[in-house]
Amino acid sequence: MIEVKNVYKVFGANEKLALKMAIDGSNKKEILLKSGCTVGLRDVSFSVASSEIFVIMGLSGSGKSTLVRHFNRLIEPSAGAIEIDGENILNLSNSQLTQLHRKKISMVFQSFGLLPHWSVVDNVAYGLYIQGYKKAVAHEKALPWLEAVGLEAYAHQYPDELSGGMRQRVGLARALAVDTDIVLMDEAFSALDPLIRCEMQDLLLTLQAKLKKTIVFITHDIEEAVKLSERIAILHDGELIQVDTPEQMISNPANSYVEQFFKKYRNGN
Amino acid sequence: MTVNIFVPMEFSSSLNEWINSVVETHGNFLHSVSAVLLKNLLLPIEKLFTGSPPFLIISLIGLIAFLGSRKWMLSIGFMLSIYFIGCLGLWEKTMQTLALMGSSLILTIVIGIPIGILMASNKQVSKIATPILDVMQTFPLFVYMLPAVMLFSIGKVPAVMATVIYSIPPLIRLTELGIREVNHEIQEAAKSFGASYWQLLRWVNLPLARPAIMTGINQATMMALAMTVVASMIGANGLGEDILGGLTNLDFGKGAAAGVAVVILAIVIDRITQSFGQSARAKRTRVMGAAGGQK
Repeated sequence: MIEVKNVYKVFGANEKLALKMAIDGSNKKEILLKSGCTVGLRDVSFSVASSEIFVIMGLSGSGKSTLVRHFNRLIEPSAGAIEIDGENILNLSNSQLTQLHRKKISMVFQSFGLLPHWSVVDNVAYGLYIQGYKKAVAHEKALPWLEAVGLEAYAHQYPDELSGGMRQRVGLARALAVDTDIVLMDEAFSALDPLIRCEMQDLLLTLQAKLKKTIVFITHDIEEAVKLSERIAILHDGELIQVDTPEQMISNPANSYVEQFFKKYRNGN
Repeated sequence: MTVNIFVPMEFSSSLNEWINSVVETHGNFLHSVSAVLLKNLLLPIEKLFTGSPPFLIISLIGLIAFLGSRKWMLSIGFMLSIYFIGCLGLWEKTMQTLALMGSSLILTIVIGIPIGILMASNKQVSKIATPILDVMQTFPLFVYMLPAVMLFSIGKVPAVMATVIYSIPPLIRLTELGIREVNHEIQEAAKSFGASYWQLLRWVNLPLARPAIMTGINQATMMALAMTVVASMIGANGLGEDILGGLTNLDFGKGAAAGVAVVILAIVIDRITQSFGQSARAKRTRVMGAAGGQK
């Protein structure tokens, strides 16, 4: 279980002043003018339950990619707390953080982040190598995951020999191979064309039915959000607008922004 | 009447005094540095080059060229050009030049790449080192030789020192640049899986920065070759001697022959080091493409 408590993030040199202004409720423009800092996230609080697919949705610039990077501290918050299974990860020492990265949280990236000079199976085994597994063992552990995403035939190809969808299958297998409880997916399918994206969503749902991971999925696509999620968080300009099930959001939108989103969705279907 | 608006200032004599005092107080240290370099690096390498039979060296160059480029004709062409240098009667001197260049290059790589890595991972170091590199790159060639001679007197050691200082900046810069420009998401991915600093360096940053680093080595090699020729003025042996001799005795023919040898060396070394900048993967794909294209 992940709990996000009053997280603020401001980017810029004069972080202290900007943070104070953000907490006091000044708007983005004022803060930028006075301190030269941009507000990435403002007072974001919510919790993600174990074994659910939780979608964070927002348009570009809404702070969703920033937010997801707080969960494994690729970005440090300016204020607030992030608790995983009751422990505030901001208090972790460097070596504890490394353990968190290795054992607890893995991540799938929008443009895959694969190593171009490593073969597919080595890429899937990447996290295992980092944990110190020898090649033979790492391959043995990685291969079932390669099969799970349907790429066992491509084990010895290189990423640039695969299509975008296949590359992201490698990215997904890599994240699953380290067997973490939590998987973060940052716009994981956004770079793929619609048909492939749909296939990948189905694959993710099939795998999730067996694996029951806690998945935090970032997207800007409302259809994707509704298809995958049990609950959705809508982020706008760094602020959390509403956290709810898709049905609740349709029948009970928090404001017109959310309503707009779902209107488009219903028109689209 | 002209008015002199310049306040007289002079630092050359105090600098001289300072260098003299360094030589006086640390003379033994400098001497032992010099001796260690000579004994463990310069002389063995020179012996390796001048002592080996020419056909062995020529075949070795051909082999290396082939490993780098995978082109038969090119490798044979390189072997013939090197053979031609021998025909000019310049074999021994060419080997001396190569040895000097090789020794400098080893030092340049051993010192330069770690500095570049350090600069890429530490902004503070980068800020301090960048202006120093600027100065090193804008100094005229000859200025390097003065302090080297003053500290190490005349011979191979100051020649190598001057060469290293002259050829190291591009390697440091390109190493730093190459690592800084590694795809951000690939680095993030490495961190998100808990990679340590060394794992990140070994598996991600160095391999992905390889083309830039190889370009740096290529640049350093070319500059080292240029400098070893000029360094004949401070007692380095090799092709530079003939060029210098040609100049001072107005013996144009002799100088030109050595000049031709230098040009041939430069081209061969340039092409070989460049070919190693291409990744093995790129070559593999090229071979696959030539074989009819699997993809």
